[in-house]
Amino acid sequence: MRHLTLIVLIAFAGLLFYGIGHVPDRGALDSPPNAAESAVGSPNAAAYYVENAYLDAETPNMVTVTLADYRSFDTLGETVVVFTAGMACALVLRRSRR
Amino acid sequence: MRSYYDDRIVALSARLVTPFIQLFALYVVFHGHYSPGGGFQGGAMLAASFLLIRLSIGTAAAQSQFQRSWGTPVSSIGALVFLGAGLIVMFFGFNFLDYAGLPLGLSDPELRNAGILAIELGVAVTVAATLTAIYDDLVGEPLGPLAGGLDEPTVVAEADQVEGPEWDVEFGNG
Repeated sequence: MRHLTLIVLIAFAGLLFYGIGHVPDRGALDSPPNAAESAVGSPNAAAYYVENAYLDAETPNMVTVTLADYRSFDTLGETVVVFTAGMACALVLRRSRR
Repeated sequence: MRSYYDDRIVALSARLVTPFIQLFALYVVFHGHYSPGGGFQGGAMLAASFLLIRLSIGTAAAQSQFQRSWGTPVSSIGALVFLGAGLIVMFFGFNFLDYAGLPLGLSDPELRNAGILAIELGVAVTVAATLTAIYDDLVGEPLGPLAGGLDEPTVVAEADQVEGPEWDVEFGNG
């Protein structure tokens, strides 16, 4: 059983390394996420963010613009998740006053 | 009886380091426009400064810095700042979270800049207060010196009487 686990783990690691070898370079313009047009010809969001982040928000850090402006709904969700975690801890751990 | 919290070196170094941590946390929050950083990171560092004081001198004495009862309301305020910045613009005919609708009288990019800062502040407040509140909930009742409140005699007062030779100082008349 231990040998089987080891074999499966090694095979999985080999699969992951095989996959990593085919990941496009970071920032490569010919990779699908960075291209200005998607495979079906519609405009791609990432290229728009890179080109217009400073023009839209006068903020040099385009990661901040993407997180807090273009994708602020997602950031709102993250904040609510943190808030909910705090509320859940309070509900479970705080002793009720009786 | 000496308690865990009576170590002067730990308490002093924690008190010395805390303002610098808080200053850097604010820098990380406000400089998120120009460098890596932002609300989550700055808020976590702010919470770390609160927790450092709590760990070094005890949760009871740390109440004067950030009270246990503040955790829930302050984290709610942070989340409401974020939500409010998104909702206000809807009253001016813009989409949810489109900061160009903020009624501040600036150009659109400047308004978005201000909106990003506002929600980063909300996120930082929420994260700092929530992490501190989770620690407080795990600890339970405040521990350490001043656990009985400011009026009660404390463990520190006992620990001040260090064992050692007693010096009898007499101020004679000459």
